[in-house]
Amino acid sequence: MSKLLAIVPAYNEADAIASTVADLRANAPGWDVVVVDDGSTDATARHATAAGADVLRMPFNLGIGGAVQAGYLYAKEGGYDFAVQVDGDGQHDAAQIDDLLRHLHVHQGEVNMVTGSRFLVGDEEHGYKSSASRRLGIKIFGFILSRVTKRTVTDPTSGFRMCDRRAIELFANDYPHDYPEVEAVLMVHAHRLASAEIPVTMRERQGGVSSINASRSIFYMTKVLLAIFVGLLRARPVVDVGDPAAVTAQRGV
Amino acid sequence: MQTRLQIISVLVSGGLFLFVFELVRRKRLLERYALLWLFAAAVLLALSVWGDLLNRISTAVGVQYGPAALFAVALGFVVVLMLHFSLVISKLTDQNKILAQRVALLERRMTRAIGESDEDDEPAQSGSDLTASR
Repeated sequence: MSKLLAIVPAYNEADAIASTVADLRANAPGWDVVVVDDGSTDATARHATAAGADVLRMPFNLGIGGAVQAGYLYAKEGGYDFAVQVDGDGQHDAAQIDDLLRHLHVHQGEVNMVTGSRFLVGDEEHGYKSSASRRLGIKIFGFILSRVTKRTVTDPTSGFRMCDRRAIELFANDYPHDYPEVEAVLMVHAHRLASAEIPVTMRERQGGVSSINASRSIFYMTKVLLAIFVGLLRARPVVDVGDPAAVTAQRGV
Repeated sequence: MQTRLQIISVLVSGGLFLFVFELVRRKRLLERYALLWLFAAAVLLALSVWGDLLNRISTAVGVQYGPAALFAVALGFVVVLMLHFSLVISKLTDQNKILAQRVALLERRMTRAIGESDEDDEPAQSGSDLTASR
């Protein structure tokens, strides 16, 4: 029997967090829910607790990367077999968590992380709508990551992803700072684990604001591009697929 | 090098050396971060006092004007020090993040341990056992 954990990073999401947690409890039974309150200044933690989630309160804002990593640390220490990341703003549909888990079960051992992609839904019109510049950024990252990992990556910025035990241990030890989604795909590849994508539909966000606004998007693009190229040049563990020593990341202390 | 400039640069670099030393003595500055400062101040002081050495260095690297070489050396130290601080900040940021995560995990474990035998603890536990797949 597997232990299952849903990690919900939230920063000032008091308006949406309760319905997100309720959605998880109703549509993803069997999944424990931990809300990582990333130093919110509003009632996020209180609403999450009231909705029945376990809450990890960061003493101050760490950014999405640090918050999600705390979730993975929690998953590692709690002995969870699978962990799924679900955004606190209600964009992700808890009913689709089973699809992710099914994919990991079917491809057990071959796929360690599965991402829900907005862009695999067939016709793009019913896919996700966002600004042209954001789509261009997603295309660029997707193109680079597809080349590097030799697998098609259509939605590198999706935060809706599920990890198995090995990926949980990897991310608990080492997770990218700031805006981690793109780099996490690269990390999984660098550690000789495999990632895959399945189609999902995402809702419009129900509250709060994106961590990436217009003025920060240039910084974001540049930072992630730098991280990708540095990541490619960085020394990485060389192990065979299936080797338990694949996770060799060290904490930066 | 002109005498007046020499006096000023000796005073400034000597003052810097003494000031950094004083900060260490009062434990306002850690020794390991002071070493680079003291080294920089000592080199600048030596070059100011020993004007002949500075002249020889400047002709060797093709700088016409002795004091300009002194500025170049000082600027070089500034760059090295700034990079050093960036490294220190990066390390501290990382340690800070890890500390915050540990604090959050420990805090949660603590609130669990001291009472709050809250009612939704039980169903959540059994829920995962009953309905978990596989």
